[in-house]
Amino acid sequence: MLEIINLHAGVQGNEILDGVNLKVNVGEVHAIMGPNGSGKSTLAQVLAGRESFNVTEGQVLYDGKDLLAMSPEDRARAGVFMAFQYPVEIPGVSNTYFLKAGLNAIRKQRGLEELDAMEFLKLVKEKAKLVEMEEGLLNRPVNHGFSGGEKKRNEIFQMAVLEPRLAILDETDSGLDIDALRIVADGINKLRGKHNAIILVTHYQRLLNYVVPDFVHVLVDGRIVKSGGKELALKLEEKGYDWVREPVELNT
Amino acid sequence: MTQDKRSWYVLSFEHFEKSLNGLSSGAIHAVRKSAIARFAELGFPTTHDEEWKFTDVTPLKGVEFVPVLSYNSDGLTVKDIEKFLPKNFVCNRLVCVNGHYSEELSSVLSQTQRVKMGSLAEAMRTDGELVSAHLGQHARFDENAFTALNTAFVNDGVFVSIPDRTIVEDPIYLLFISTALDTKFVSQPRNLIVLGKNSQASIVEAYASLSDNIYFTNSVTEVVMGENAIIEHEKVQEESARAFHVSRTQVHQGRDSNFVSNSFAFGGSLVRNDIVATMDGEGSEATLNGLYLANGSQHIDNHTTMDHAKPRCNSHELYKGILGGKSRGVFNGKIFVRKDAQKTDAKQTNKNLLLSDHASIDTKPQLEIFANDVKCTHGATIGQLDEEQLFYLRARGIGAEDARTMLIYAFASDVIDRVHVEALRDRLHNVMHAKLGEGTE
Repeated sequence: MLEIINLHAGVQGNEILDGVNLKVNVGEVHAIMGPNGSGKSTLAQVLAGRESFNVTEGQVLYDGKDLLAMSPEDRARAGVFMAFQYPVEIPGVSNTYFLKAGLNAIRKQRGLEELDAMEFLKLVKEKAKLVEMEEGLLNRPVNHGFSGGEKKRNEIFQMAVLEPRLAILDETDSGLDIDALRIVADGINKLRGKHNAIILVTHYQRLLNYVVPDFVHVLVDGRIVKSGGKELALKLEEKGYDWVREPVELNT
Repeated sequence: MTQDKRSWYVLSFEHFEKSLNGLSSGAIHAVRKSAIARFAELGFPTTHDEEWKFTDVTPLKGVEFVPVLSYNSDGLTVKDIEKFLPKNFVCNRLVCVNGHYSEELSSVLSQTQRVKMGSLAEAMRTDGELVSAHLGQHARFDENAFTALNTAFVNDGVFVSIPDRTIVEDPIYLLFISTALDTKFVSQPRNLIVLGKNSQASIVEAYASLSDNIYFTNSVTEVVMGENAIIEHEKVQEESARAFHVSRTQVHQGRDSNFVSNSFAFGGSLVRNDIVATMDGEGSEATLNGLYLANGSQHIDNHTTMDHAKPRCNSHELYKGILGGKSRGVFNGKIFVRKDAQKTDAKQTNKNLLLSDHASIDTKPQLEIFANDVKCTHGATIGQLDEEQLFYLRARGIGAEDARTMLIYAFASDVIDRVHVEALRDRLHNVMHAKLGEGTE
């Protein structure tokens, strides 16, 4: 489904990704771990279409199509979703209003009927339960006045409503207390399925106790230096990132 | 005599005097005469005048606008003006055509023996004492040429008088329509609104046009509030694209009174609004909010004054501007705290969204504080749409244009949602939708 080939990217001439290669198949959950500043978030944002990063080399194929040539909205409509590490507050735009606009744009792309207000409300209530999101938050302006945990939960709630084929969760676990982490992880597990794929970008192994990945990759200095199964995360937790600083060949 | 047509208006005044045929009351005509004399001395302001530094009225000065001296319905029917009224709106409708009150287009629900609303010309005859006691006493013309010009031609407009302890439930909707006359004309409605103690009303002033011609509206509204009176005042300015619009709203507040204004400026080529709230009674409160939306080569200038004359008064202010094309906005927010006005609490905010590289805004807080125990805060921002917010919306599948519209709309809704008159609020939302649909480049 997703194929990243020798991806180089950076910001203002400063190279952050230094040749990333990764292949994700439908039904798989991949975790990308790495120390701070290794380029994890850059990778997530480049995949979502953030324009402040320049891709200088390489290719990303999504269902065989050139993902990097697509606008952020076209990527979303094609089923790519990124849960933001720092969800932005948008005063004056209600959570449900904006999500309905997004969902209907995506449905239109998929050749589905747009949902009317009643159908949408029903869907939203159902999905809110999934992440134990208070209904009161639904009609509030997007992330406005939300606590850190509520913002992260709102990201997973949006993922539940939009039902992406490829979800990239950018440090969705950071800053969450253990109860909130459990709720968010439960939500992710319920959304995990045969017809989609998830990339978990995380600094800590903690989330992976709850959402067990099929593959773990370690990103250091803009390159994936080690890949393995879920046990790799435990080893990293035990030995720290210095252990993998030595680059090794990637087997996929 | 001069290049700025002041002699044109002096000549027009002589013509106006003759048309009155001695019908005018003596006291008011004396005021008119001193106003035209003052206007002749002042002439129109230039950009050397501090109050007009950013607004050049040269295009307005160059035209010989003919004052409209009497009422003419110009064939208008209620049907013609329906589009300027909110839908399903139960209100007291007071309509002026080219500055003159129209009995046939108006519809008053709340009239009683004590609650009066109708034409100012009529009130000059029937309530001469009350009118004389207030007219020109608050909106002084000594230093303002446009107010002097309006006062010189004082003849008609809307008069509202609400006695003590009276709550008028249905909103009072003042609609000022300009029609397509053969000449380039100036309409100069003069409005007087007097509320007694413990009274309450919500008043809308709407300006609209049935013409694409060049015309000039020069309006003055005086609002007098007794002790503990409450007013919500909305101004909706939707003049035509080539119109000139100059308006002044002068509010005099008694003890513990509460005045709220929400002012919306959408139309006109050259627009200047002056609004002054004088809190002349202890414990009174004033709120001035505004939204200005300009495109193309529009110029919209809002000058506001919070005049804290007595102790323990609060003022709140939020003005927001959305400027596209080559438009220009001006915001000048004066907070004047007089020597006696201890324990003043004043807060002012001006936020601007520039949607094109060629749009501009001059924003200026102006604090003049003569008391020593006061709290005054002010802040101004000028910016473009937030890239982070745009990306967030787009990352959820919303197209770039729709995302922009959504954010601009949210910026504007902040002010629109402060309007309590529901039907009007809905109408304002519709106007915004239509405006944003036209594009903002």
